[in-house]
Amino acid sequence: MTHALTKAPAKRQQPRHQQPPTRHRKKANRAGRQHHAGPVTYIVLAIAAFLSLFPLYWNVVAASHTGERVVQAPSPLLPGDQLFTNLEIAWNQVNMGTALINTTVVAGTVAASTVLFATLAGFAFAKLRFRGRNALLAVVVATMTIPPQLSVIPLYQIITELGWVDQLQSVMLPMLVAAFGVFFMRQYLLEALPVELVEAARMDGANSLRVIWHVVFPVARPAMAVLGMLIFVQAWNDFFWPFIALTPDGQPTLQVALAGLGSGNHTVNQAIVLTGALIATVPLLLVFALLGKHVVGGITQGAVKS
Amino acid sequence: MATSVRAAADGSQPSAPPGPRPPQRRKAGSPWRSRLYRLDMKATPYAYIAPFFLTFAAFGLFPLIYTGWLSLHRVELGGSAEWRGLENYTGLWDSSFFWNALANTFTIGVISTVPQLMMALGLAHLLNYKLRGRGFYRVAILAPYATSIAAATLVFAQLFNTDYGMINGLLGVFGVDPVNWDTDKWPAQIAISVIVTWRWTGYNALIYLAAMQAVPNDLYEAAALDGASRWRQFISVTIPSIRPTILFTIVVSTIGATQLFGEPMLFGGSLGIGGGSSNQYQTLSLLMYENGWVTGSLGQASAIAWVMLLLLLFIGAVQALFARWNRKKLGA
Repeated sequence: MTHALTKAPAKRQQPRHQQPPTRHRKKANRAGRQHHAGPVTYIVLAIAAFLSLFPLYWNVVAASHTGERVVQAPSPLLPGDQLFTNLEIAWNQVNMGTALINTTVVAGTVAASTVLFATLAGFAFAKLRFRGRNALLAVVVATMTIPPQLSVIPLYQIITELGWVDQLQSVMLPMLVAAFGVFFMRQYLLEALPVELVEAARMDGANSLRVIWHVVFPVARPAMAVLGMLIFVQAWNDFFWPFIALTPDGQPTLQVALAGLGSGNHTVNQAIVLTGALIATVPLLLVFALLGKHVVGGITQGAVKS
Repeated sequence: MATSVRAAADGSQPSAPPGPRPPQRRKAGSPWRSRLYRLDMKATPYAYIAPFFLTFAAFGLFPLIYTGWLSLHRVELGGSAEWRGLENYTGLWDSSFFWNALANTFTIGVISTVPQLMMALGLAHLLNYKLRGRGFYRVAILAPYATSIAAATLVFAQLFNTDYGMINGLLGVFGVDPVNWDTDKWPAQIAISVIVTWRWTGYNALIYLAAMQAVPNDLYEAAALDGASRWRQFISVTIPSIRPTILFTIVVSTIGATQLFGEPMLFGGSLGIGGGSSNQYQTLSLLMYENGWVTGSLGQASAIAWVMLLLLLFIGAVQALFARWNRKKLGA
């Protein structure tokens, strides 16, 4: 597909929503990334964007029809008028309201604590000298590969003993600080924070707490914001452990409530199920729409270095 | 957790340092000053990393080891443990359900990971051109990443519905007979892989894109001078330059594929835990959940969890070897 770009036929249908492709590429401009995109590039990207967005659009469509209409062929393609009726039912009858609040609490707490602890640990790994630093950093990275399946059985036994089933702290505590966050902040501070700055503050008699507050946090702020967002998304969408620790009818997160809706019997009203999915998705999509660029930047920052 | 919070905030009380742990008081009188300062310098690094290691010890390492212990016992929820040696493991060896789940995990993993990463590579390459509206494309292909497993799967379960789903409707337009996306093994596995691919392609594309943008332009210029076509440049400049990133995404996707749970479960509706009416898409994670929470044999479920860990270690070793071999081949 890529090699065709240079000789893309000039007369191709232009993708919708797109400005016309740039005219002819200059011959002198040879280097890979400086090439202007040809029409084929735009077509392929438009298809990719369409495929990415269509299921989300159809989620809105399905949530705005009656349950009977959703399960009728041909599937509806345009929004109907049942959205608010469905929202009300989902909100009041299937616990989605509670779930939304619970999810906000969980994701907010987890994001805040991860950002705080990951910044401290990331700073230590990036800029402080201490015995065992490299070995411990290797441990941090290695823990990222351990799947949650290895811990859920004992954790479930413990929360059963403690009577914590269906309590939000069961979900929050294991996520208070993630290895990914530590590594992410370490990578950022490694380059962003000059050692001289820390040393100068030390010379002025600042203790560790002041160094953190007046030197590390200000420098780390952009990365902290990005990490907070990434962790918020991750915690918002986390499924496996919450599904075990919480119940759909008790104090679920949105994902658990959705799972309860989805794995119900087949007579369940699919419009309500998909309205639930919409309630779980829209807040994050709003965050993305507002801060999309930063999220994109954050994801790429986190991965490239590693 | 409260202790670690305090330790971190105070910055001078390591709560569980893996290194030496000096006794300490924090009353700043001047004779103490230099000693305190030294102590501060020595202890704070451990205090800063303590929250992570405490959390990991409590919610990662201890459960991991305890799961290993459980896997050698016969345990039921709320009951006491009874020593069984390796019987849980030999039981798996003899169980057709286990081999079925292992095979399904592998095939779904391959069908969902390989096309996903290749498409991501292609998309990243396209996004690397000078584009109008590039911000739109980037955010658009990342939107699925913001969608949860549950929401995405519930939507796709409708789109893939055999009787009224839009995908069969579309295929019907081209004269294709309705596909049994749920009950037939391969269509079901493909449908589940589509969900995974949908959610992660854009994310991986953006990671590749960032790596591509870090490739020095001279390399392309030199290749162009040598008369290399665009395709040639992609193959012999872009791909080798971003090899570490590709390896990173392969590792992450493999780990994700090994633990696949939510997509097959919710895709299957009320039959989800079993992975479909004839376990045609039951993964290891689903089998583990079924053993632990439906059948109630925690020992057996623990054995499956440990098999997953060993599997990941094995895959990790293979990938590490491959990476080393690759580096050698490049003559670094």
